[in-house]
Amino acid sequence: MTIDAQSQPRGAVTTLDRVTIRFAGDSGDGMQLTGTQFTRTTAVYGNDLATLPDYPAEIRAPTGSLPGVSGFQLSFSSDDIHTPGDNPDALVAMNPAALKTNLGDLVPGGLLIVDEGEFNATNLRKAGYAASPLDDGSLAPWRLLRLDITRNNAAALDGLDLGAKERFRSRNFYALGLVLWLFNRPLDTVERWTTERFRRNPVVLDANLRALRAGNAFGETAELTHERYEVPPATVPPGTYRHISGNEALALGFVAASRLAGLPLFYASYPITPASDVLHELARHKNFGVRTMQAEDEIGAVCAAIGAAYGGHMALTGTSGPGLALKSEALNLAVMAELPLVVLDVQRAGPSTGMPTKTEQSDLLQAMYGRNGDSPVAIIAPATPGDCFGMAIEAFRIALTSMVPVIILSDGYLANGSEPWRIPDLADIPPIERRYAAPGVDAHAYERDAETLARPWAIPGQPGFEHRVGGLEKSYETGDINYDPANHHRMTLTRAERVARAVAGVPDLETVGPPAGDLLLLGWGGTYGAIASAGERARAQGKSVATAHLRHLNPFPANLGEVLSRYDKVLIPELNNGQLSVLVRARYLVDAIPFNKIAGQPFKIAEISGKIDEVLGLSGPYELEL
Amino acid sequence: MTAIGANGAVEEIPLLTRKDFVSDQEVRWCPGCGDYSILAQMQKALPSLGVPREEIVFISGIGCSSRFPYYVNSYGFHTIHGRAPAIATGLKTARPELTVFVVTGDGDGLSIGGNHLIHLLRRNVDLTMVLFNNRIYGLTKGQYSPTSPAGKVTKSAPMGTTENPVDPIKLALAAGATFVARSLDRDTKHLEATLLAAARHKGASFVEVFQNCNIYNDGAFAAFAERDVRQDRMVYLEHGEPLRFGRHDEYGVRLDGFQPEVVETATSGTDLLVHDAHRDGIALPVILSGMDYPEFPVPLGVFRQVERDTYEALVDDQVERSRAAAEPDLEALIRGAETWDVR
Repeated sequence: MTIDAQSQPRGAVTTLDRVTIRFAGDSGDGMQLTGTQFTRTTAVYGNDLATLPDYPAEIRAPTGSLPGVSGFQLSFSSDDIHTPGDNPDALVAMNPAALKTNLGDLVPGGLLIVDEGEFNATNLRKAGYAASPLDDGSLAPWRLLRLDITRNNAAALDGLDLGAKERFRSRNFYALGLVLWLFNRPLDTVERWTTERFRRNPVVLDANLRALRAGNAFGETAELTHERYEVPPATVPPGTYRHISGNEALALGFVAASRLAGLPLFYASYPITPASDVLHELARHKNFGVRTMQAEDEIGAVCAAIGAAYGGHMALTGTSGPGLALKSEALNLAVMAELPLVVLDVQRAGPSTGMPTKTEQSDLLQAMYGRNGDSPVAIIAPATPGDCFGMAIEAFRIALTSMVPVIILSDGYLANGSEPWRIPDLADIPPIERRYAAPGVDAHAYERDAETLARPWAIPGQPGFEHRVGGLEKSYETGDINYDPANHHRMTLTRAERVARAVAGVPDLETVGPPAGDLLLLGWGGTYGAIASAGERARAQGKSVATAHLRHLNPFPANLGEVLSRYDKVLIPELNNGQLSVLVRARYLVDAIPFNKIAGQPFKIAEISGKIDEVLGLSGPYELEL
Repeated sequence: MTAIGANGAVEEIPLLTRKDFVSDQEVRWCPGCGDYSILAQMQKALPSLGVPREEIVFISGIGCSSRFPYYVNSYGFHTIHGRAPAIATGLKTARPELTVFVVTGDGDGLSIGGNHLIHLLRRNVDLTMVLFNNRIYGLTKGQYSPTSPAGKVTKSAPMGTTENPVDPIKLALAAGATFVARSLDRDTKHLEATLLAAARHKGASFVEVFQNCNIYNDGAFAAFAERDVRQDRMVYLEHGEPLRFGRHDEYGVRLDGFQPEVVETATSGTDLLVHDAHRDGIALPVILSGMDYPEFPVPLGVFRQVERDTYEALVDDQVERSRAAAEPDLEALIRGAETWDVR
């Protein structure tokens, strides 16, 4: 959004094609709720959108402090968009700390809404302001809309049986009502949700609805000289849509996979940010036969899942990077015992505890190599929040077809980010096949399939297939313990070959843009939006730039080497210190150029554009500005 | 023999014998190891359960004891160090109809896997855990274990350990195990009966077996468990029976407050401690678990046996209640609460 500095008649509506807005406040101010509700309204209105919640790891950092600031950014558009926007066009700052930590991102001339009621001496001191920025002229580059949200809100709740503290909590609804007015959005979606959410607490419900309407009315009736903005609905493929986050899409995808395979789902997990929501979601769907277990630790979770896989269930465990590290020994047991196990890793900034609520893509090499011995597993990664649904199904398809563990690498950005999602027709999704040991066909539990080299699933309860499995090396022929040198050599190659042969079900890598040319941008996982957008911009400027996005990381799509060979240069942007680039360089001997950002934040489109220009020789060396 | 099948019908089950549970794998424990006896008593006890072979699963961790599943002709899973309880929990939750055993040792179950053992017991998963306690690390060749007595001289503690041992019975009681028992490798009759009682118990059963490692810790229990002294130095716990021991039951145990004391039954026959394994509180079994040689006779038998809902039954119940409350409608689930159409 570029706000026209010329004054418009009051209440006039300016049409824009894309707006990025950020809500920022104290972590107790309810900014995630405000952002989510604005998003829902916008989604139902028909805009394409993408969101980026950004909150501190502390549940309640000291009130008014800089580390306690919580933000929610969304970008919505009348066009197809891929990212939550580089820099906000509008910023709502509920206190001085929120202003201080977010102002630098607001585009020049952008709209700045502040609750001046919170700009008191205490809060200014906590945020490190010597004088109020509202009065010292420092906000001149932006279009400042200052109002006392705290006081206006409290006044709107006059007569309700609520103390000052409770009244204060409705400020976010007041701000939401105002912003909905500014962007010409109806209140009904928020009103419906609020009525449902607070139905057991009528006083709070009343307060929130009053605050919402008061904020809206302020825009409508007060002496507000600002114009309003309109972003028309986007033109997107026909269908029925909903709004979905990555973690929700994963959970629903797992339930769908269970239906497609005709087997019950078992999910064991130990609470960890940012994966816990998958446990919460699946725990609500027991009527689909889903059994969830909150295990005693990460190892207990993966081991319980292995037990369920051994017992013939669709076995899943979910975690983040530190948990994947703890699960590695057990993962190897699943490799050795040739059991279908799906491990979800919602990556976050590491190493160690790192930055739990911030996103990163730095577990790829851990997933690929982080176990003792030569221990291949299949690895896949969704590209967008909505894509998580299909990739959850894909993980089980590979696990059950090839009888191998599969790691899904999602990330914090996909997990909590959201987008409109076209609801698929389940009838279009092929069922997931599985092969049980069959009397008369399989002589024993290790009778390998000629194509996949997978052994059949011989589960307790099947008479005639009583057998012993374990972590010790086994004979290729019988599955009995075997320490023979030639057998171990053969089994190691077989384990690798079984994962490699999963490529039969992996679609070829598609490129967007010129089929051959100067530069290929190769990405994987949650960076899809930024990379695709940077590619579109480059092509719009006449540059010979194509993009391709890997959703299968082990095995790679069969045509990856051939695709790489069609471009003079290959650039690999990643939110890590160079991991896919290591794998691609080693496998294909291509001089791929890594572009790495390790800041806990997703790529901005402009960052990738800057690097493209450097690689194409159109500018000097590009440096990230972090 | 007959058994009641899952559908309530009476089914004919072919009578199995000990031989049916002997696998084709060569047993590779050291000659003279106490593990042989435990394997033999288990193979003898299994036919009495009336469960078909394919519905029995043995799950183990790592260590000498954990080779056990290879030697039993049923389904078996030799897993990783300390984690068998967690794997068994997953299996039993997914497949409650299976009969599951966990075989572990003092290192596997109480050191590296102590956490999983506690949580298996507190959840009351319906399975039987047999812990072979030889008070030493055997497979890694002779380091002290978490049950080695304080001061024990081993390869890894040439000047003696500086650690206090953990008591498996107390740990199991504190974790809320609903069946807690102890037996002895050399008392084959008692061992077979104890394994059978544990397997028949509905809930998490914990059996500690004193097991002699004749290579690295030979005679660890000899002072009280040798045949010629056992009657005088061990006491068999029987629910509802007074605690008597000695060749001619000439000794007994009575309680002085919370303190047990050994008395001669001839002079003090009426106020002996009567064992109550079915009491919900664990005070009595904890007191009994504290009795050790040479001050007291070492107890064998069932310390505690109470009934409580099992984990997998509670999980299943939630699944069933959820189904009754809401038909699973996948299309509706995926659509969610709010949708919009684009034409």
